[in-house]
Amino acid sequence: MNEMARLQKRKLALYGWMLAAPALALMSLFAFYPAIATFWHSLFTRGTSRRPSVFAGFENYGDLFADPTFWTVATNNLIYAGVTIPVSIIFALIMALWANAHIPARSFVRSAYFTPTILPMIAAANLWLFFYTPDLGVIDQITGFFGASPTNWLGQPETALASVIIVTIWKEAGFFMIFYLAALQTIPPDLREAARIEGAGRWTYTRRVLLPLLMPTTIFVFVNAMINSVKLIDHLFILTKGGPNNASKLILYWIWEMAFAYFDSPHAAAMTILVLLVLGLVAVAQFRLVEKRTHYR
Amino acid sequence: MTAQMTDTSPFIQINAVSRVFNGGSGVHDLSLDIPRGSFVVLLGPSGCGKSTTLRLIAGLETADQGRIIIDGKDVTNTPPSKRGLSMVFQSYALFPHLSVAENIVFGLKVRKTQKAEIASRLTEALRVTGLEGFEDRKPAQLSGGQRQRVALARAIVAGHPLCLMDEPLSNLDAKLRHAVRKDIRDLQQRLDITVVYVTHDQTEAMSMADIVILMKDGRIEQVGNPADLYLKPATAFAAGFVGSPPMTLLPATALPQDVIPKELDASRLTFGIRPEDLMLSTKPDAQPWGMRATVTGSEFLGAETFVFVAIPGKHGETGDATARLSGRVEISPGTEVSLSWSGAAAHWFDGEDGHRLTVTGPDIAARETTTTIATDTAFSTL
Repeated sequence: MNEMARLQKRKLALYGWMLAAPALALMSLFAFYPAIATFWHSLFTRGTSRRPSVFAGFENYGDLFADPTFWTVATNNLIYAGVTIPVSIIFALIMALWANAHIPARSFVRSAYFTPTILPMIAAANLWLFFYTPDLGVIDQITGFFGASPTNWLGQPETALASVIIVTIWKEAGFFMIFYLAALQTIPPDLREAARIEGAGRWTYTRRVLLPLLMPTTIFVFVNAMINSVKLIDHLFILTKGGPNNASKLILYWIWEMAFAYFDSPHAAAMTILVLLVLGLVAVAQFRLVEKRTHYR
Repeated sequence: MTAQMTDTSPFIQINAVSRVFNGGSGVHDLSLDIPRGSFVVLLGPSGCGKSTTLRLIAGLETADQGRIIIDGKDVTNTPPSKRGLSMVFQSYALFPHLSVAENIVFGLKVRKTQKAEIASRLTEALRVTGLEGFEDRKPAQLSGGQRQRVALARAIVAGHPLCLMDEPLSNLDAKLRHAVRKDIRDLQQRLDITVVYVTHDQTEAMSMADIVILMKDGRIEQVGNPADLYLKPATAFAAGFVGSPPMTLLPATALPQDVIPKELDASRLTFGIRPEDLMLSTKPDAQPWGMRATVTGSEFLGAETFVFVAIPGKHGETGDATARLSGRVEISPGTEVSLSWSGAAAHWFDGEDGHRLTVTGPDIAARETTTTIATDTAFSTL
């Protein structure tokens, strides 16, 4: 082999590693290493000054499954994800179709839909705190106008989770709309005209052409919404603090509570590992399964 | 409406239709009759309103004024799907997520056609367009020509009597374009459908059309069969647009006085001559009325050679002309030549509105000539 060519190939490989190095170093330091360290940590008991930490195997995981709070939190999170994900995706899609149509004040509509996303989460949560205030809040003012009695939306177990869910949908739908809007703009208008000539109405066109073409975006948004549903914590700090009686407690808030309120970091670590595991599996399954039925252009 | 009446009346009637967009483009007061079973080409430069006309027929645009009648029915406000037509788009507009077969039967499925009939129509459409074996491919896995055929198959599968085509060949390479041109023409005749075809390519129009409708600025410039357009262009614009290379157009003031017909006013007159009617002589002043010019370049194309010449005008400006000589002619730039033509081959247009002026003088024939170095250049006799 030509010496020059060999040298050039080696150089190219070197460049590749050099380019990947910064990201690799940062990822190792702040993602891979902490994940492994957390896993390792979850295998030990909680150490105190009198009883040092000892290796416990998967005992911490067993404790979690035995804890009724675990099941409450898991169920809460399932309901939370099960409602927020589909509803915010559907809203995002409808808003994107609306904002993509030829309507007056189109850019105003677009930015209006996007506003909740721009607001800091803490600010947004405080805003909603005011909406939900019993008797004085906007919602009770409206329902009160029709004669309903004041409701403590965030303060009673029956409505606390639902109230948090509504805030999340309000916040996320506008964000996901941007992705749908971008995808819609890549679909050539010819397709709509061809479908019209072939006799497809608005609904048929949406179902047979638009939705399948938006499938890659839907997967992307779905995975994001999925991850967000386990990542939610800031709203809870402001709105309910997980209460009352754990009625609105979600996984990440519970982990935070275990680690920093009760200083039980081994159990928090175990829970974190479980979450990572589930999220990873779901993401892989989603991309694998749905990719088969998806057309990427 | 009875069958008899529809047979005698034109298949498509466009009556005084206007569709004006913001900015003034569109079509203005357009009236047009298209006979059943004909291949009609809407020809014109970009922005001339040919695509708008097609979209008005399709129902993708709504007329501001006027009526559109297809097959005896007033369809001015009828949605596209109820007009009994199909369309081939410039981009083909194939659904990228559907296979070839699904693309073709999309409309049949939407219209809830029987399964068995869908299958038999699909087989027929695949056979006619030579797409057998490609049923399960996605559009992205096809070549440009194959995609074009899928678009054609989708257009013919429903058996509509009218097919609209919007520059269907513009995305193909030159060689394929030539073959597909013939295929489309054959298909139209075999299926006995009416085709309205939009193009800016005059070669396509000339080679495919029964009737060419030449448009400019939203109005019809000339309607006729390809020979009419070529031999008797109604306006200077038509003369310059049809034919390749285009007709040479010069202000009559650049010509020697004695070649201008006496009944015409030379001060506002445009002279036109087809490249094949222009004869060159290297002997200056071979004819008493030969026009002097300088060769600026030439293109050898195998069977013929185009020679470009500059004609010095009276006021220092030059007019450009093209001569088409058969075979190989070696002539270097800078050569002084004398131009001549058969008097009958000259076209005269009004210098202001561009309309064709008819000349019927006996003195024309007297100017006939045959002496030329481009010996066997055929005359297109009127």
